[in-house]
Amino acid sequence: MAERLLEVDELQVSFVTEDGVVRAVDGVSFSLDRGEVVAIVGESGSGKSVTAMTLMGLTRGPNSRFGGSAKLHGQELVTASEDKLRRIRGEEIAMIFQDPISSLSPVHRIGDQIVEQIRAHEKVSKAAALDRTVQLMERVGIPRAAERARAYPHEFSGGMRQRAMIAMALVNEPKLLIADEPTTALDVTVQAQILALLERLQRELGMAIVIITHDLGVVAEMADDIAVMYAGRIVETASARHMFASPEHPYTWGLLKSIPHLAGGREEELTPIPGTPPSLIHRPSGCHFHPRCPYAQPDHARIDPQLEPVADEPHHHAACLLESQLRRRLWAELGSGCTPEQAREAVGLPAPPPHPERHAPAATAAGEPSGPVPEVGL
Amino acid sequence: MSAIEPVSQPAPSPGSAEPLVQVRGLVKHFPLTRGLLIQRKVGAVQAVDGVSFDVRRGETLGIVGETGCGKSTTARLIMRLLDPTAGEVRFEGQDITALTGSRLKAIRREMQMIFQDPYSSLNPRKTIGATIAQPFVIHGLLEGKDERKRAVQELMETVGLNPEHYNRYPHEFSGGQRQRIGVARALALKPKLLIADEPVSALDVSIQAQVLNLLRDMQRQLGLTLVFIAHDLSVVRHMCDRVAVMYLGRIVEIGPGDALYDFPRHPYTGALLSAVPVADPTLRADDRELLSGDVPSPANPPKACRFHTRCPKAQELCSIEDPPLEDKGTGTEAACHFPLSREEVAEIGVRSAR
Repeated sequence: MAERLLEVDELQVSFVTEDGVVRAVDGVSFSLDRGEVVAIVGESGSGKSVTAMTLMGLTRGPNSRFGGSAKLHGQELVTASEDKLRRIRGEEIAMIFQDPISSLSPVHRIGDQIVEQIRAHEKVSKAAALDRTVQLMERVGIPRAAERARAYPHEFSGGMRQRAMIAMALVNEPKLLIADEPTTALDVTVQAQILALLERLQRELGMAIVIITHDLGVVAEMADDIAVMYAGRIVETASARHMFASPEHPYTWGLLKSIPHLAGGREEELTPIPGTPPSLIHRPSGCHFHPRCPYAQPDHARIDPQLEPVADEPHHHAACLLESQLRRRLWAELGSGCTPEQAREAVGLPAPPPHPERHAPAATAAGEPSGPVPEVGL
Repeated sequence: MSAIEPVSQPAPSPGSAEPLVQVRGLVKHFPLTRGLLIQRKVGAVQAVDGVSFDVRRGETLGIVGETGCGKSTTARLIMRLLDPTAGEVRFEGQDITALTGSRLKAIRREMQMIFQDPYSSLNPRKTIGATIAQPFVIHGLLEGKDERKRAVQELMETVGLNPEHYNRYPHEFSGGQRQRIGVARALALKPKLLIADEPVSALDVSIQAQVLNLLRDMQRQLGLTLVFIAHDLSVVRHMCDRVAVMYLGRIVEIGPGDALYDFPRHPYTGALLSAVPVADPTLRADDRELLSGDVPSPANPPKACRFHTRCPKAQELCSIEDPPLEDKGTGTEAACHFPLSREEVAEIGVRSAR
């Protein structure tokens, strides 16, 4: 029986700025069992990193406002005191970041930084902590660890720095590791090494991982479950298998149809999502995706869709105002190579009401007449 | 069909199959110096070290490789933004490595570049109209103000920007739109060659596809020759007719995209392709072979075959004799003594074959 580790319920995070209130995370709910890997996917400004950082208490500040709850083993994280949070951080949750060079101190030796991390949570001698450090560095695959512990971060390559970060995160054998774009800054062969390392550690330590990424390849490689975020909300959650085989949200379709495949070829056509992600200060009304959605209907600008279970798939949820059956027919059409317009016609869905965001810029999807249709400026 | 042909070529005749760009034995070493007042040369970063290839008219040539492999330096050498240490770059048969002054300027009209970062490659204090018009100013074309404005607005329309936004500043545009501005500026002089250096790697997934489609359409409409530099192997496959794989300043494999992705012969190409995470959980590779270690420093690259320190197939020969780039009989040319076999390609989990 899987043990529930993390329960996030209607989490809300907003930041008060001079320009207005940024609703970075707006009612996000998900849960994670022990040893499970969940991926949060989204584009820049979707709120994925803010969600993760809030779990670590890293978004607190005079202008931050929080709502909802996030419980780790029943302990509330959102309202936890700083002292309590400091203990939880490191001991129970650890985080690794995209850019290890800016997360490591440039003036301290790598080994000393890990030693400090150990001694911050445990009363052990320096020598004992150094022994542990070397073991940890070996565990994450840093060769000649005893020697390399004396090196400074700039003497490490990007991949080795990320390994050092992971070693530091493992100090207290956390139950949950949050990895925020852990491989985005790395080359592809090094990325594969780091992903393999995370997978091995997750297996060996029974550690749960929340991986934040925009890379659908990384997601497919790593995750048990996936949550897709758009404009501060989760718009779809499913198991990795379902998400890629039968996605239900038009935004997810858009993402999947925008990426070229390694086994594709010159003939493969990409269908970009028109427009740009919205500002989190002035979010569109109704369904936040409606200005860019090729299947939007007039009332989608009014009604705010809720995350609801999808027919016949209890663990699959989507926040879309289209009928589930209709969505499946649309995806079937898209899967057979149709453009969104052709899919819409095939299922008899009326064209969406005009919206400046949706005007496909001239010269996009080949095959369409590329008339000079202006795109809006912002 | 060899990509490296003898250098001696007759003078270009219009309509001939002569490649647009011929790169021969191109070398770029950046000196490493020590000392503050009296600088002594203590070594060199061998960024590009003996690269030869052709760019054929109307094709898209992809250059892939990891950080520090020399792909961007190669692009800058073709553009003459850097002066080569040795070797030559022929553009329409003319060696451009020795050109100066007005003759260099004339050649530069024919080749344009699009950069990775649409934030730092646009002047924040210039309107985008002025930015796109800059090539006309530099080359003294379309002197009339109205004429210039009309040309700029036409360009904006071609790349999918609203021509009315002529007087806006870069910060008013999103990343994808800025990249369109970069494309418009690059197309202003109707160049024959467009070099795109990581044009989409700073963009969000949904925006990437917009810019990729734009580049493909521009190429089809204008018959452009495109050199496309990227580290994302899926994007390169989508965009390119032919692909060159670089490692530590050398080309290790080059050939048509289909052949190279279907049957990579160089173990490095194989390793790259097997390392790409594939957006399909049913193809999850649990026991693929990983390349160990990091790319060695280009200041001190391994002797002979530069990949032998990381190569799973390396033998003694590989550290003694430098393998030449030669036709391996399956469509690509590879620089390897012990090229991969079909079985090995399947074993290492290359998931690019169709």
